[in-house]
Amino acid sequence: MNKKVIEAIGISKSFHDPITVKVLSDVSFSINAGEFVSIVGKSGCGKSTLLYILSTMDTSYEGELLLDGVSMKNKKDAELALVRNEKIGFVFQFHYLLNEFNNLQNVMLPGLKFGKLTAKEVEHHAYEKLKILGIEKEALKLPNQLSGGQKQRVAIARALINEPLIIMGDEPTGNLDKKNGDIVFNIFKELAEEFQQSLLIVTHDLDFAANTHRTITMEDGKIWSHGLPTDEITKAKQ
Amino acid sequence: MKFKLIAKISVALLKARLKQTMVAAFGVTFSITMFITLLSFMAGLNDLLDNLILNRTPHIRLYNEILPSEIQPIAQSAEYARDYHFVRHIKPKNELLEIRKSEAIIMALKNDPNVRGIAAKTTVPIFYNVGAINLTGVINGIDVDAENKLFTFQDYVVNGKTIDLKNTPNSVILGIGAAKKMLVQIGDNIQITTSEGNRFPLKVVGFFQSGIEELDKVQSYATLATTQKILGKPAAYVTDIQVKLYDITLAPALAKMYNKRFDVEAIDIQTANSQFETGSSIRTLISYAVGITLLIVAGFGIYNILNMMIYEKMDSIAILKATGFSGKDVNAIFLTIALTIGLVGGFLGLLFGLGLSAVIGEIPFNTASLPTVKTYPINYNPKFYLIGALFSIVTTYLAGYFPSKKASKIDPVDIIRGK
Repeated sequence: MNKKVIEAIGISKSFHDPITVKVLSDVSFSINAGEFVSIVGKSGCGKSTLLYILSTMDTSYEGELLLDGVSMKNKKDAELALVRNEKIGFVFQFHYLLNEFNNLQNVMLPGLKFGKLTAKEVEHHAYEKLKILGIEKEALKLPNQLSGGQKQRVAIARALINEPLIIMGDEPTGNLDKKNGDIVFNIFKELAEEFQQSLLIVTHDLDFAANTHRTITMEDGKIWSHGLPTDEITKAKQ
Repeated sequence: MKFKLIAKISVALLKARLKQTMVAAFGVTFSITMFITLLSFMAGLNDLLDNLILNRTPHIRLYNEILPSEIQPIAQSAEYARDYHFVRHIKPKNELLEIRKSEAIIMALKNDPNVRGIAAKTTVPIFYNVGAINLTGVINGIDVDAENKLFTFQDYVVNGKTIDLKNTPNSVILGIGAAKKMLVQIGDNIQITTSEGNRFPLKVVGFFQSGIEELDKVQSYATLATTQKILGKPAAYVTDIQVKLYDITLAPALAKMYNKRFDVEAIDIQTANSQFETGSSIRTLISYAVGITLLIVAGFGIYNILNMMIYEKMDSIAILKATGFSGKDVNAIFLTIALTIGLVGGFLGLLFGLGLSAVIGEIPFNTASLPTVKTYPINYNPKFYLIGALFSIVTTYLAGYFPSKKASKIDPVDIIRGK
């Protein structure tokens, strides 16, 4: 019924330095439009590696990745950059805002790169995104004048600027305290429910994961279960 | 649109490291300044030294040399054709240095489209009578107007006017060295003796200083008519015909042609003064080498600052790539930074170079051997500025090339996961 925005088919990856270690083996799943999905698992289970493959930044893997029904295999660096620019919004654990630009300009950068709209229109959009996140008052400040939570919200606004197909997050609340973490989570929830934004968030915060639409649990480079880790699994892991 | 964005990011990164950027740009400015100044000064000096000789030298000189007969009688004998000839005894015959049919030759040269002008000359070896002793010397009989026009004769007359030479009968412009030895002043009369022993009085109307002291001790100038009178020869008697061409590079070929056509000796300026061209080209080569070395050093400065910037801005590069900037865009950003440093530094360098050469051009430079030169010589050739600008862009491009390439190859995953 729903359109698949992202589909992974049998994705495997190995690191070869210094010895060959298989970090992902035969991972397959898909995310529908408007879904809020979380991936949980312990450190080193390969969840971040999977996310970077899904985000097209990591290209050395086996298997097939379909974004919006289009295969990402055999695409050139510049083509993948375009895909990232247009279809993927990324939120990292660290905000990665450029201190040389003010918050509004930071949000505008990917939009200007996209180049489909004039600078004026991009600026208008950026303001709207900041308004959704409740930090439009900080637009003209520099990133280092903001608190950690505010910075992360600017980073989310930046991820939203080109109205991406999917937003990916790598521990987006990992560096935040409980209060700010909740604010960011509520923003994601609001985006998913009010704006039907697809989201894929990697986290090790089980409370966070429990409140998403769907959770994928990973263990040793494989999908352990399509659901929250049960007590058994938690036990097995211990 | 796209370039505007890249330029915006480049400028932001530049501003973030403003001090280092300025130091790198100053390196380029300094090297271009020195490059321009060095080349302008060196070229000015070259011109000065060359002109010292070249201005006073005809492009082609036609003259008659006393030579033994090229074909000795024994060579004409069929009997000894296959033998080695020991007997070579026919000496030059008693003929004059005069160029025969000089009027016809002058007429023909005047109609040659390659010729800018000609000046006939008669050289007379004489003795200056100074009290009891005789000093050897040479009087050049010249066509004053042609000599002024072609060889800037007036510039070298330090006292008196060339027009007086024309208007005063039996007058002479003495070499300054000779004049000092003879203790004469303008208006005095001197006595000379020709090689045939005839005495002749001459009135001094000026002094001549070529800058070459040996020459000034010996040479003096009179009109053609005066020298012909000294020698007792008719008005057609001419020993040299000096030719100036429009294009100096044609001189060797034309000299050969005139030699055949007029049956006189013809020597071109390149053959007569080959050492000057060698000196000039080596001096120019050295200036270029020093200038380029300075630029390369400045290039290393830019290379360093860019490498440092890339190392510091690793995170920014990673996020730019994560949000959709391609390797090419990142490459363009850092090349823009390098070229901005090069362009700004280079442009200032050109301005400072012009300023510094202008300052050097105002420093007094007086030397007895160069009467027309009052300040250090500077050649403001736009070619140097063009080369300087081009070099500054090329070196900064090369200095930026490798760091930019490195930046474009940065894998955002490595940076982000490394946190």
